[in-house]
Amino acid sequence: METRTLDQVKKGNYITIMQLPSGNIKVQLIRIGISVGDKVFCLERLPGGTIVIQKNRQEIAIGYDLARQITFSAH
Amino acid sequence: MKSEGITVSPTSGDDISPLNQSQSSVRQTVVLAGNPNVGKSLFFNHLSGMYVDVSNFPGTTVSLSKANYKNYEIIDTPGVYGVSSFNDEEKVARDVIVDSDIVLNVVNSLHLERDIFMTMQLLDMGKKVSVLLNFADEVRKQKIKIDSVKLSELLGVPVYETSAVDKKGFEFLDDAIQKARIGHTTKEIDKLLAREPYCSLPRSEALLILEGDEFYANKYNKPNGTADDREMIYVERRNRVNQICAEVEFEDTSKGKFLNLLGRLSINPLTGIPVLIIMLYIMYLFIGDVISQRVVDFTENTIGKNLFEYNLKKYVAEFTPSTISVQIVDENEEVTQQQEFNFPVNLNSDNNLKNEFLEFSSKPGAVTDFNFPNALPRLFFGEFGVVSMTVTYLLFLLLPLVIGFYLAMAVLEDSGYLPRLATMMDRSLTRIGLNGRAVIPILLGFGCVTMATITTRILGTDRERTIATSILQFVIPCSAQLAVIAVLISGAGVASLLIYIFVIFSVLLLISTTLNRFLPGQSSPLLIDLPIMRLPRAGNVFKKTYFRTIGFMKEAALWFLVGALFVGVLEVTGLLYSFQDLLAPVTTNWLKLPKEAANAFVMGVVRRDFGAAGLFSLNLSAMQITVAIITITLFVPCIASFMVMLKERGLKEGLIIWASTWIFAFVIGGIVAQIIV
Repeated sequence: METRTLDQVKKGNYITIMQLPSGNIKVQLIRIGISVGDKVFCLERLPGGTIVIQKNRQEIAIGYDLARQITFSAH
Repeated sequence: MKSEGITVSPTSGDDISPLNQSQSSVRQTVVLAGNPNVGKSLFFNHLSGMYVDVSNFPGTTVSLSKANYKNYEIIDTPGVYGVSSFNDEEKVARDVIVDSDIVLNVVNSLHLERDIFMTMQLLDMGKKVSVLLNFADEVRKQKIKIDSVKLSELLGVPVYETSAVDKKGFEFLDDAIQKARIGHTTKEIDKLLAREPYCSLPRSEALLILEGDEFYANKYNKPNGTADDREMIYVERRNRVNQICAEVEFEDTSKGKFLNLLGRLSINPLTGIPVLIIMLYIMYLFIGDVISQRVVDFTENTIGKNLFEYNLKKYVAEFTPSTISVQIVDENEEVTQQQEFNFPVNLNSDNNLKNEFLEFSSKPGAVTDFNFPNALPRLFFGEFGVVSMTVTYLLFLLLPLVIGFYLAMAVLEDSGYLPRLATMMDRSLTRIGLNGRAVIPILLGFGCVTMATITTRILGTDRERTIATSILQFVIPCSAQLAVIAVLISGAGVASLLIYIFVIFSVLLLISTTLNRFLPGQSSPLLIDLPIMRLPRAGNVFKKTYFRTIGFMKEAALWFLVGALFVGVLEVTGLLYSFQDLLAPVTTNWLKLPKEAANAFVMGVVRRDFGAAGLFSLNLSAMQITVAIITITLFVPCIASFMVMLKERGLKEGLIIWASTWIFAFVIGGIVAQIIV
């Protein structure tokens, strides 16, 4: 299993969240439903790097700069 | 207040009816709380009947609805992802929840893992809670099973399955209020709260302090929990939520929802841009054509000018000298007849002339201008009169436009489109120091820059608010101005349009990238939940539009009045006209426009479309028109948005932005003039 940052995720892949950035943003990520160990699906990867992930039935959009600070491992 | 008309089914077999017990004691507060888009308002509407008291929370655009139900005060809170203070909505919800007696936590059953997180926080706060598991029907449709008995057991509070859209489950509300209780808290958090100094504080506030809330830390003068504490709390809570969800939720993974497809299509630029164009076109038909052409024409001219201002000024003229000029205008806006009436004493001093005036001014197509030579009547009732202008402008021009725009925004919001548009636009906006969310104030700016300036509050950091406000004040033409520009450009041709767009867009990039580069700090990244796409619900849409319109009027009305007073004083003292003379050399030599074009700029300080409208009569060449509209677009915003900007961004920043618009307008306009005219 290799670890990369979320901006590099490929559309249509299932991944596991490995690490979140610290500080306020971490709290917001956890609250909205993204935490370490979560298995999520990459629904969309827009030109420029904005990522849309799906966790169960929930869809969450993550900006490029934030995605770069989140690491994942591919299955 | 009354609560008739609300049907209440008997509570499940309990003999005691606590609904009647609290007559002697203090009224209890019941708060409806939950994530955005969970249907809180439907419950609130059911409980409130028709007596609702809506108020803006001090210092925010967030509205709070309160109503009385039996012996309870019911409060609807804005949708939030948790009890903390990341934005205005959260601060408002936080304070209301902290002060409440009972919390009805509305949960979207489809998003259990996201929503139960807040439930858990409410339990950790030690609040009396009942959970309303909403969208129960939707869950069944999607072949998901949620074991609500088990959920209730794990949370330690009552759980009720509801489907508010179909009015199912309202019969449980009384029960939910009565049986709300303190649930199971998170053990690790209990340990932290048992320490000094938290153990001596009310539990809910202690928890917020521990979670880093500065407002409550200051209130009790206690230190906030460390970053580690907070992280530990959130991770623990998240783990517990995931565990609970795993135990109560069973899913049959069947996929393929139709509206989801549209949602998906509107995110990717390839398909999303066509979707956006179609959406903008429909919005244009609605706002540009229906509202700003037909509705505003009727309200502003027929009601505002011909009915309200005419009668008001006629009444004033009965007490003070006036010169009244009346023009009869035909369908093509050509003047066919014209007459001037002079009343050196007042309207009643010459009865023959008065009757002649009344008859002439009541002909069809009559446009009447009152001129009061005395300073005071002119200040209040003249062309820029404080009373006459504020009322016409605010009620008959802006109000319909603002309603139209808020209506369109509410439809887009309720359908789930807006967050997807924000997602699609995110990367482009990141380049100029904003994130996708900024698309909302910028879009609103094309309606009314004043309204949009207030909306910049939704942005995450001060830095983003400065950048967005500057963009709005510099380059976004509001609908009033846009209408005039469109007419001018249609006469000037395609080349003119292309030059205009090119120059304005370049200035947009120049200003925003410069600010992004030199403003200290960092902009916040995009992190938004994309709600399911659905058909907008009329009730939601009207309610949102109503609250926002009222909110806007409350915030802006005073500033319009102050602005009108300011301009009125300039006019009465003659300062307004010295400005025109002052600007004349710049206008003729540098901008290569006739001297009278200066009027257009000065009038633009008052109202942006006044400025542009003055250019119609000037017989300009196509390239002169291009220069003129570039200059007035970049030139200072109207007096109302200036005042609101000062309030929102502070005196110093507001004045800097304002002064810069003067410089930019004339420098850029001049450069373009030197090249193309």
